[in-house]
Amino acid sequence: MTAETDQVASDVFVRTGAPLAVPPPVATTGVQGWLRRNLFSSISDCVLTVLFVTALALIISALVKFLVIDAVWSGTNRDACLPSDVRPEIGACWAFVRDRFAFFVYGSYPIDQRWRVDLFFVLLAIGTVWLLWLDAPRRDLAAAYLFVAVPIASFVLLHGWEAFGLRPVDTALWGGVLVTIVVASIGIVASLPIGIVLALGRRSQMPAVKVLSVAFIELVRGVPLITVLFMASVMLPLFVPASWSPDKLLRALVAVAMFSSAYMAEVVRAGLQAIPRGQYEAARALGLRYWPMMRLIVLPQALTATIPNIVNSYVALFKDTTLVFFVGIFDFLKTIEVARVDPNWATPVTSATGYAFAAMFYLIFCGLMSRYARGVERRLNVDRHD
Amino acid sequence: MDQGTSQPATSTTPPEGPALAVEIGHVRKWFGEFLVLSDVSLNIRFGERVVICGPSGSGKSTLLRCINALEDYQQGRIVVDGKVLTRDLRRIDEVRREVGMVFQQFNLFPHLTVLENCTLAPIWVRKMPKSDAEHIAMHYLQRVKIPEQAQKYPGQLSGGQQQRVAIARALCMSPKIMMFDEPTSALDPEMVKEVLDTMVEVARDGTTMIVVTHEMGFARQVANRVVFMDGGQIIEINEPTAFFDHPRHERTKLFLGQILR
Repeated sequence: MTAETDQVASDVFVRTGAPLAVPPPVATTGVQGWLRRNLFSSISDCVLTVLFVTALALIISALVKFLVIDAVWSGTNRDACLPSDVRPEIGACWAFVRDRFAFFVYGSYPIDQRWRVDLFFVLLAIGTVWLLWLDAPRRDLAAAYLFVAVPIASFVLLHGWEAFGLRPVDTALWGGVLVTIVVASIGIVASLPIGIVLALGRRSQMPAVKVLSVAFIELVRGVPLITVLFMASVMLPLFVPASWSPDKLLRALVAVAMFSSAYMAEVVRAGLQAIPRGQYEAARALGLRYWPMMRLIVLPQALTATIPNIVNSYVALFKDTTLVFFVGIFDFLKTIEVARVDPNWATPVTSATGYAFAAMFYLIFCGLMSRYARGVERRLNVDRHD
Repeated sequence: MDQGTSQPATSTTPPEGPALAVEIGHVRKWFGEFLVLSDVSLNIRFGERVVICGPSGSGKSTLLRCINALEDYQQGRIVVDGKVLTRDLRRIDEVRREVGMVFQQFNLFPHLTVLENCTLAPIWVRKMPKSDAEHIAMHYLQRVKIPEQAQKYPGQLSGGQQQRVAIARALCMSPKIMMFDEPTSALDPEMVKEVLDTMVEVARDGTTMIVVTHEMGFARQVANRVVFMDGGQIIEINEPTAFFDHPRHERTKLFLGQILR
């Protein structure tokens, strides 16, 4: 009798000796295993894989052909981008984007004052990177800088202040990326604190606070952003004296901030609801009052849990800023709209080029936001759980 | 028979000794239409260690949670450390500062490290400087024998370790009364002992303890009195040896028969 049959035959078993280290079968690991498991695990999988790879190849090759291979990179007017006998097929007219690039970035901001916009971009970029870079030193200072210093400095810089020798620039002249960034930043910065207050108000035990919060959230959420914008820009002047009537851009900013706050409130509320009751009880039992409990225990967890949803709101908000062009504000998309019908650059490919450029701009910004959020999420998960 | 009123006065109050830590007088509490605490009276002196046991749904956890106002009550009177518990939030905060609580589910704060869990309340409630709070926290983490885990997050610890952190967290507030709500019920069997040992340690310091538990070995070893509750009432109160060896009420006998089998 061998040792093995001994083991099987007996009801009592005690292992002796170390287990053998056997490598896994070749077909389940490495590139080959991955392909087999994910792309070719059944006949229908194979068919789908082939179909999608073919479709992707077609789309990507067409895009590359239009955006790169057939593209026109330089020129001073429409002639460069018109089909000719030499170049029967014309792709993207990047010469047009290069020619009008300053307009896309600054709108009609006075040319000799554009350094102020550049400085604003730099200040904002420094604050953003400082705050978002998780290992940066003194991130509390970064927050103070970004949420207090930068807004004040930006207002002085962009709007102008005679005392500092900065000539006032009417907001009607602002435009392009500048306006898009300003509207999006205000929406992003204002929506989180206001949204948190609204969400807490909605869950409050105090009836008045609760009713007001619910009314605000539901009213704003029940109306499309474009309506809120029209209300702010067209109807508000009807109700207040003309001398009172605030700046057009400011009205749009308030509308965007209100709108995004109402959505953010619902996102935060979902996060609050995910916090187990035991967390509140433990905080209470330790003697923490309402605000310390919320600030130290509940909100950090609720906001962390909803990072994907918060960023989702931000991405949506960033794209929604394009709607301000309906109330006559020159955001980035509006500058493209204006430039693409410029007779100087009228060619069959101008519009497509302009929109492709706009798409890339929004894609890059939104992509960066969601990538960053995913990085933060992964890092928090690694830190707190094994 | 109405248990609450027929108990002799000597069994709800120890005859002599230091001041009363907790005074519960004829408390009634309803969850909606359902009466969870029915005329409960119990006095606990400072330095006493009381174990409350009983079948699930008997109201023992609810009674505990009434003592630090995590639950309110509709009738009767609860006085903790000389302060009458009413709806007055300031008074409630005062009481909670002096009453530590350990939960069945630990309820550690998962986004804070073990050390931060322990220093949070001393810093924010007692307004203690951070370095002092950390010093005290390390002292108690040493007491519960996990100082080396101070920088970890609760999610990285075993259930037994988490519960010991929870005990340290409560002790860091130097509470006059420690309450434990079934502290070992959510633990894997091999971790129950380390938590009970920690609780015995706490008992040795002379801390006033109110413990809801089914660990009868612990009750025998540590308790001055054992309280048996059933159906929202206190059925029997006695010192542990007499309670376990000579239960007097039929329901106590039935209950002990079931859990000690």
